[in-house]
Amino acid sequence: MFSGFMVNTWIAATLVAVIAGVVGFFVVLRGSTFAAHAIPHGAFGGAAGAVLIGVNPIAGLGVFAVGGALGIGWLGRRGRHDVATALALVLMLGLGALFLSFSVEYAAAMYSLLFGEVLGVPSDELLPIAGLGIACIAALAVLYRPLMLTSIAPDVAEARGVAAQRIETGFLLVVALAATMTVPVVGVLLMFSLMIGPAATAGSLTRSPRNAIALSVLLALATVWLAVAVSYLTNLPVGFFVGTLGAVSYGCARIWTARRRGRTAPA
Amino acid sequence: MSQVLRALFAPGFFASDPVHAALVVGAVVALVTGVVGVFTVIRGQAFAGHALGEVGSAGGSAAFLGGANPLWGFMGIAIVAAGLIELLGLHRPRARDVATGLVLGAGLGLAALFLYLDATSSSTTGVTVTILFGSLFAVSQQMLPSIVALSAVSLLVLAVCYRMLLLSSLSPDLAAARGVPVRAIGIAYLVIMAVAVSLAAETIGAILATALVVGPPATALRLTKRPGGALVVAGLIGVVAVWLGIVLAYDSYYWPPAGHGWPVSFFVVALVFLFYLVAGAVARIVQARRRRHSEAAPRLAASGCAEHPGDAA
Repeated sequence: MFSGFMVNTWIAATLVAVIAGVVGFFVVLRGSTFAAHAIPHGAFGGAAGAVLIGVNPIAGLGVFAVGGALGIGWLGRRGRHDVATALALVLMLGLGALFLSFSVEYAAAMYSLLFGEVLGVPSDELLPIAGLGIACIAALAVLYRPLMLTSIAPDVAEARGVAAQRIETGFLLVVALAATMTVPVVGVLLMFSLMIGPAATAGSLTRSPRNAIALSVLLALATVWLAVAVSYLTNLPVGFFVGTLGAVSYGCARIWTARRRGRTAPA
Repeated sequence: MSQVLRALFAPGFFASDPVHAALVVGAVVALVTGVVGVFTVIRGQAFAGHALGEVGSAGGSAAFLGGANPLWGFMGIAIVAAGLIELLGLHRPRARDVATGLVLGAGLGLAALFLYLDATSSSTTGVTVTILFGSLFAVSQQMLPSIVALSAVSLLVLAVCYRMLLLSSLSPDLAAARGVPVRAIGIAYLVIMAVAVSLAAETIGAILATALVVGPPATALRLTKRPGGALVVAGLIGVVAVWLGIVLAYDSYYWPPAGHGWPVSFFVVALVFLFYLVAGAVARIVQARRRRHSEAAPRLAASGCAEHPGDAA
């Protein structure tokens, strides 16, 4: 499990989990789960297009993810945010369906792109993943204060002259960067699950933002490591374990906090 | 005239059985999702609408594995998911957002598992494509009665609780004060949406289900402020988009790269998106004209500024 080609997988999985844990904290805080789902999922269309013209799928994913983030930001300014997200998502997927119908070698490659693949991380993909991860963290460090302010107290942010629209678009671009990292390992469909499962669990266990981010990263790491290990042993898709582990850990945290509250509450 | 028609409809269009089935099923599904979707947009539940369609694919792939009719798999799991979303997301809109996401994540995880098992058990790798992307031209005529019946039932339930649903969607507080069971109506609506969306996802694919449940209603709500009118307009736009999409997809067999057609989903999605953008431009022009009008005659201004229902959130 730890020999040869699997080393790359463990490194990539760890990088992806750290980024997902940090970005996910803000996704949950801002209630932008739909966008976090739509950007990677829609970017799948870009990967299909890249395969069609013979480019690395990561490039296609990146172009579509960034395009989707900007599109959601632009459409959301004039209409409802969830409608804008849904329409941007279906447009990208519609293009993806078109690209897929033109290319010949889709089925297997597409499945691993959608649901993740533990055995296929080439060494030359580790560097771009690490680079994207660093870019994500750097962008979040710069955006940290305005992001927190616009998420928690939008009124105060507005009074202080923080451009909420610009912050929102900037945040969506960070999600797009994080989404681009997903090609190997987790897969586009379950990346968002890795973002919100651990972060929502952490958010229901602790109130302090820093603790929540740290806990979220730890849980994301645990989720991915466990998912990769079990997937390697059972040969079942990684996405299945990531998706169900996220939901199960959140469910457990909810039950635990409800019990604790029930015990401490006087009535 | 006949030459124009021939240019528009490629030869054999009206004689083809798959095309007939696609036209009928597409129209029924577009009508139902359009009508149901108006409330989805007003209530701000586009994410739930999308999630239920995608989660349905887990049921579809499970049913395929068990050899059952995929439609029941789609619908059963979508209804369960609707219940879970409602149960987990009781407190705040933000908790609802996360709950929807987690249910969607678990559903997609299950879909990954079942699709993998489908592919290994039957060695037809095309299953992933069919279940995730659907194809209107693959709809079988035998499905038609159950599709029509389910559509009729969901529209009927919607008609019965129309007034209560509308009031609790536009103003939950007012509805509660008037004695409307807001919670129960919310659950009932989510179940109707689950039926409509999974019906659409099973027959025409999850992409189109989302496009039809969000696109035409959002377009209609940009064009008219009256909910009753929006229901009709949304249904019409959906049907027009699907039919035009089918015509274009059929024609595209003769487009480059020749040999096979372009997917219907692409055309329908593109049309839905185009309609949405055009409706936005039209609404802006009308609004600007009305504003100019009201500057000339300020007394009339008060009557013309009905609040856009969608702006509440």
